[in-house]
Amino acid sequence: MSAITQKSSFGAAQIILFFSIAILVIVVAVPVLLIFFNAFWVNDEFNIRDVAKILLEPDTYQALVNSLIIASGTTIGSTIVGTFFAWLVTRTDLPYKSFMKSMFLVPFMLPSFIGALAWKMLLSPNAGFINKFFMNNFGFDGPIFNIYSYLGIILVEVMYLFPFVFIQVCGALERMDPTLEESARISGAGLFTITRRITIPLVLPSILSGALLIMLYSMAHFGTVAVLGIENGIFNIPTLIYQRLHQSAGSFASIRTGTVLATVLVVTAALIIWLQGKILSKGHYQIIGGKSFRPMELKLRALRMPLLVFCLAYIAFTIVLPTAVIFLVGGLKTYGLPFTWENLSLKNYKFILFDYKVTKDAIWNSVTLGLGAAVITMFAGGMISYVLVKMKVRGKGFLEFLGMLPFSVPGSVIALGVILAWSGQFGINLYNTVWIILVAYIARYMAFSLKANSAALEQVHDSLVEAARSCGATMWQTLRYIVLPLVRPGMLAAFFLIFLPSLRELTVSIMLYSPTTRTIGVAIYTLNEDGETVVSAALAGIALILIIVGQTLINRFTRKAGV
Amino acid sequence: MEIIRVEGISKSYGKHQVHKDLTLSIERGECFTLLGPSGCGKTVLLRLIAGFDTPDTGRITIDNTVVADPAAGINIPPDSRGLGIVFQDYAVWPHMTVFDNVGFPLKIAKHPKNELRERVMETLEMVGMSSLEKRLPSELSGGQQQRVALARAIAANPSMMLLDEPLTNLDANLREEMRFEIKELQRKLNITVLYVTHDQEIALAISDRMAIMDEAGRIRQIGNPWEIFERPVDSFVFNFMGIANFVPVRRVGESYLVGSGEQLIPWESPKGDAPEWVAGFRPSDVQIAPQGPGLRGTVQRASFLGAMMHYLIEVDGAHLQTSLETHEAMSKGLMFKEGETCSISFRDLLWFTAESLKAVTKQ
Repeated sequence: MSAITQKSSFGAAQIILFFSIAILVIVVAVPVLLIFFNAFWVNDEFNIRDVAKILLEPDTYQALVNSLIIASGTTIGSTIVGTFFAWLVTRTDLPYKSFMKSMFLVPFMLPSFIGALAWKMLLSPNAGFINKFFMNNFGFDGPIFNIYSYLGIILVEVMYLFPFVFIQVCGALERMDPTLEESARISGAGLFTITRRITIPLVLPSILSGALLIMLYSMAHFGTVAVLGIENGIFNIPTLIYQRLHQSAGSFASIRTGTVLATVLVVTAALIIWLQGKILSKGHYQIIGGKSFRPMELKLRALRMPLLVFCLAYIAFTIVLPTAVIFLVGGLKTYGLPFTWENLSLKNYKFILFDYKVTKDAIWNSVTLGLGAAVITMFAGGMISYVLVKMKVRGKGFLEFLGMLPFSVPGSVIALGVILAWSGQFGINLYNTVWIILVAYIARYMAFSLKANSAALEQVHDSLVEAARSCGATMWQTLRYIVLPLVRPGMLAAFFLIFLPSLRELTVSIMLYSPTTRTIGVAIYTLNEDGETVVSAALAGIALILIIVGQTLINRFTRKAGV
Repeated sequence: MEIIRVEGISKSYGKHQVHKDLTLSIERGECFTLLGPSGCGKTVLLRLIAGFDTPDTGRITIDNTVVADPAAGINIPPDSRGLGIVFQDYAVWPHMTVFDNVGFPLKIAKHPKNELRERVMETLEMVGMSSLEKRLPSELSGGQQQRVALARAIAANPSMMLLDEPLTNLDANLREEMRFEIKELQRKLNITVLYVTHDQEIALAISDRMAIMDEAGRIRQIGNPWEIFERPVDSFVFNFMGIANFVPVRRVGESYLVGSGEQLIPWESPKGDAPEWVAGFRPSDVQIAPQGPGLRGTVQRASFLGAMMHYLIEVDGAHLQTSLETHEAMSKGLMFKEGETCSISFRDLLWFTAESLKAVTKQ
């Protein structure tokens, strides 16, 4: 008979909770609080009139309006495009549906600012290849399309953001119990009525939640607007924050404007996330059967071929063309030369990989930063998720609130926040070092880690843990032998979810870089700004290769691990 | 000698009070069942004993060691309580083989490798799982997984075993087989078992003693299965232990009349002076005949269930059910048609006041 041993409980739970709270407070909460504090607190007093004054300045006001215009346009456009394609590939007899589906997901992994760069090369009013082609060959007087416009920015964002809606709606349509539609059909409803009265209302929550995600992303999106808007004086909130900070080298007034604008972003983001939660909880019908059914397919008949051509043309125009342009321009000797064999070479690629210090440093920085951020955030997020999902400790409510923060704080806000927190005011000065970028990356990608780890932990039923405890395993032994092995796939997923995006990160790094701490994204952007178009394009090409190879590896790995 | 002692335990979750001043003790070597409707707090009590939850007040003692006493600041974690637990959902670790699952408690206790191996194989043999030790849980059926969970719970020779509805997820045949095996194992190892279930049949079959809990988490009766079934202390226990007939009886002067009619009760009168009574008896205690002594009634519904005949009989506004084996009904001429009259007598019955019954039927 095994004896009972008295052991003092040394409060392991409290220690983990304390560390979890500490991480989130230091990495996310303090920077955000500092932004609020700096926005509303001037000369030791609360000053809301000043905030209103800054918001009503013509430049800032215009940036707010622009953010709203661009985000609304992008959201509407992406929702229409995403829903339409989702319906086409799930509910019609369109040929090559699974190929189409994977192609429509490709923009997910392409960084939108590289896309914007490609479209700038194709459609800038004077030098764009397409515009020049039409002016030279068809006698057009001016450019056929000016990409430096609201419409241009919105169209480019739609191209890269519509997968958010596409993937959500596809999922909902695929998992929807077909008997719901079949019973409507038996009741005598035609396909049109079924679509309008049954299908659309049932997938509406998914459509709306995808749309809000795009709204959230677009409001705070830096890259596309920076590449296509600044030329024509179109600023949105993140680009204006960047421009002010950059021009004045971090003066008090520019930081203050930045904090006020950042506050607007945080509030908007919180509102959007709250709305999304509302829609999702309200629209949580039991339409998902879990099993894969075979849904009704609409026969496209005469439209089948035209729609196929349309989809292929869309893919060629929005995915193949910009990617090809990036690689081709990256191979040119000098920007502006025609694409002929004697003008193309691999010299630029060799130059940026082996000879040019700026790009070599950038690649090294991005890879090490990505690895560091991914490893740290994977473990920290794993621990925090463990407390959130599995532990019953007092004070967990506060952690739950903190855990929501990373989801609602946009990149440019994080960048501004870490500048405020880590530039020496609190004794530690990381400004102009890679460390400040690392801290910002951790804050920015914590949400991904929390999501992946929580999902994995929710699969580990409580009784598995309790069974281990009753077998005599301490909490730590249970973690080591039972919990960790079971959540390992989730943690690895978190690692890749952080590592890959950080390779192409721009929004945060652009606000924090110094001459020696450029990342790949920063290098592409600044080289392009400096007129080094071919080098910039070549680096963008390398980045695309890195991302595509990485993504392929993940897909293979996750399929094997059965995640 | 008692192995577990639960004294004055209270436990609430938020505003919901699950247990209030509950006291219970379990003897060494017995198979003790906690039986009650779902949601009565029997699993909570098991978790308090296991150490997954702490009581708000009261004291729990295992093997003469206090393991939980909030007043004294004592709360021994579950890994130090020396118990084996089997869960309803098996809780077999999906990433470990059968061998590693069963060997886990021994590995934690740092048993030498060869001793561990010997013990695991011996335990697997006990539950009829030898030669499957290299399988992963995903390659096992539900019944096999439950055997692994059972083996894991007994591998480290725990002082007692807690089983939380371990058979609920199994199909009917397997359930019956497993309940005998658990009982057999308990006898062989002479281990104390606390078994939690809402299934009366399993409880009656497996227990040395059992406790009946009501919805409010109170223990209504503790006793051996025979006592509980035949001598229920109140209408709740009686009702909970199987399909029960309740026939209302009213007092008129010195005589007791059945239902709303004028037939006198053919039994001994109840003791007490309440005006309204209820006679409780099981379907198997009802004897039906075409005529003869007893109450006169009408067959309202006759159902042929294969081996059994089932009748619903009305006696002056009161309804009661009875069933008898079909071959017996055939041979004794007891095949009634609906609407025929019959005479019924009773082998055994219990008296309850109408008031105490109201509380039961409400549930």
